[in-house]
Amino acid sequence: MPDAINKVTIDVTVNGRKFRRQVEPRMLLVEFIREELGLTGTHIGCDTSYCGACTVQLDGAPVKSCTMFAVQADGCEVLTVEGLEKDGQLHPLQKSFSEHHGLQCGFCTPGMLMASHALLTDNPHPDRHAIKKAIAGNVCRCTGYQNIIKAVEAVAAGAKE
Amino acid sequence: MYPAPFRYHRPANLKEAILMLSTLGETAKPLAGGQTLIPILKLRMDEPTDLVDIGRLPDLRFAKNEGGWVEIGALSPHGWVARSDIAKAIPIVKDCAGGIADVQVRSRGTIGGSVSAADPNCDWPALLNTLDAEIRCAGPEGDRTIAIGDFITEAYTTALQPGELVTSIRFRTPPPGSGGAYIAYKKAAAAFPVVSVGVQMTVAAGNVCQDVRIALGGSGPKPRRAVQAEAELRGKTLNSQAWQHAADAVAAVAEPTDDVRGSSEFKRQLLRGLLLKAGDTATRRCANATIEGSHVYA
Ligand SMILES: Cc1cc2nc3c(=O)[nH]c(=O)nc-3n(C[C@H](O)[C@H](O)[C@H](O)COP(=O)(O)OP(=O)(O)OC[C@H]3O[C@@H](n4cnc5c(N)ncnc54)[C@H](O)[C@@H]3O)c2cc1C
Ligand code: FES
Ligand code: FES
Repeated sequence: MPDAINKVTIDVTVNGRKFRRQVEPRMLLVEFIREELGLTGTHIGCDTSYCGACTVQLDGAPVKSCTMFAVQADGCEVLTVEGLEKDGQLHPLQKSFSEHHGLQCGFCTPGMLMASHALLTDNPHPDRHAIKKAIAGNVCRCTGYQNIIKAVEAVAAGAKE
Repeated sequence: MYPAPFRYHRPANLKEAILMLSTLGETAKPLAGGQTLIPILKLRMDEPTDLVDIGRLPDLRFAKNEGGWVEIGALSPHGWVARSDIAKAIPIVKDCAGGIADVQVRSRGTIGGSVSAADPNCDWPALLNTLDAEIRCAGPEGDRTIAIGDFITEAYTTALQPGELVTSIRFRTPPPGSGGAYIAYKKAAAAFPVVSVGVQMTVAAGNVCQDVRIALGGSGPKPRRAVQAEAELRGKTLNSQAWQHAADAVAAVAEPTDDVRGSSEFKRQLLRGLLLKAGDTATRRCANATIEGSHVYA
C-alpha cells in the first residue's frame, strides 16, 4: 500500500449542475453521488456489478456507478434519477412506471429508469425485445418485470415521431 | 466495498502511459474500462499501488477495414463495437460484442481489457481465436504483434511484458462467400458465458466447406481451436452427418471443468448443441442470409 495518497480534484457535471470536489482515487462514483453530493436516489444493491440498481448515465451512456471510480467521471456529465423530473413534474417514464405498477418496493427503480431512459433516448420506438435487452442488466426482486416492460412500452407508444 | 488505496495517474498519450507503467514498476496496473479490474480491486484480490488510467487515451477507439485487415482499437468499448460498421459488415463480430454482459458493462468494458484479462470464459478471446486474430502491443522495447494463440498463455495470463499495452486487435477481412457465427450460453445477461462456440467458414458451390475455423470458450484454461472438428468439415459436403462428426470432435477436445456453472458433461453437451446452431447460422450467412443471433439464455 502506498504511504501517502493525494486526493484528486475532479469536475463533474451532475444533472446539469457543475461540482468541483477533492476525492480519494478509490472513491466509487456511486459513493461520490450519494455521500459527497447527497443524491441518494441512486441505490447500491449488490455492490458487485450485477444488479444495476446503481445505474446512472455517463455522457448519455448507462453505466454501473458501483463499477467506476469518481475520478473516471472527471470532466464528464452524469445524469441520475433526480435529473429526470423537470419543474417539479415527473418525467413521462416515471409517470408511466407509477401508472403501470412498474415498481413495488422501488429499490431497483432508479436503475430501471436510467437504463430505460437511455434506451428511449437512443431509440424512441423500441420493440419488446429491445426493451428486455436494455434492462437485462437490472434485477428486480418484486415485480416480475412484466409491468416494467409495459411501462416502457407505453412511453414508446406515446412518443412523437 | 472499497479497494485498498492507490495512486491515480492519467497519462496524456500512449507514450506517456508506457513510460509511467515501466517507471512505476510491477505494482502499477493499467485501468481501461474497469469492468474486470474494479470488481477485483473491490474484493481486494489485488492491491496495486498505482493505477494508470488509459481509458481516455486518444486514438485507441476505432474500427476499420482497410487493405485486407480488420483492425479494432484496444479502447473500443464492446457496445461501441457492436454498433460499428465493422459489426454490420461482419455479423460474427456483432454476435460477440453485442452479447457481452449487459448494456452498462458494454458501455465501459473494452476489447483490449477483455483480451488482457484472459478470462477462460470471456467472449472476445474465443471470438478472436475463431478469426485467427493478432494482438498488437506497444511497450518500452517497441511494438510487436502476437498471434492470439500465443498471446493468451494460460488462464488469466498473457504474454504482455511489464509496461506493455495492447493497442489494437486485427484479423484478415473475411473473403466473399464466407460467414461466421458466435454463440455463448449464459445463465443471465450479467453473467459470464458457461461455454461458447465460434465458427467462421467459407462455403463453395454445392454446399462444400472450403475452409473453416472453430474455437471454443469455457472449455479449458484458454480458448481452444477444435482442429479435428474442422477436419471433419473441410472439403466435405455440409450435411447433417458431417456436422454430427464435428460435434463429436468438439465434445472430445473440450475440457470444461465442473463448477457452479454446470458439470463438465453438461458443458460438453452444450458445446455440441452450440456447434450445430452456430454452424447452421454460419452456413446461412455464407449465403448472405441476415440472421440476428447472439447469446442463448438459460
Ligand atoms: C457484470 C459483468 C458481466 C460480464 N459479463 C461478461 C460476458 O458475458 N462476457 C465477457 O466476455 N465479459 C464479461 N464481463 C467482463 C467485461 O467484458 C470486461 O469489460 C472485460 O473483460 C475487461 O475490459 P475492461 O476494459 O473493463 O478492462 P479493465 O477491467 O480495465 O482491465 C482488465 C485487465 O486488463 C488490463 N488491461 C486493460 N486494458 C489493457 C491494455 N490495453 N493493455 C494491457 N493491459 C490492459 C488491466 O490492467 C486489468 O488487469 C463482465 C463483467 C461484468 C462486471
Ligand atoms: S450496486 Fe452496482 S450493480 Fe449492483
Ligand atoms: S420494485 Fe422491488 S426490486 Fe424492483
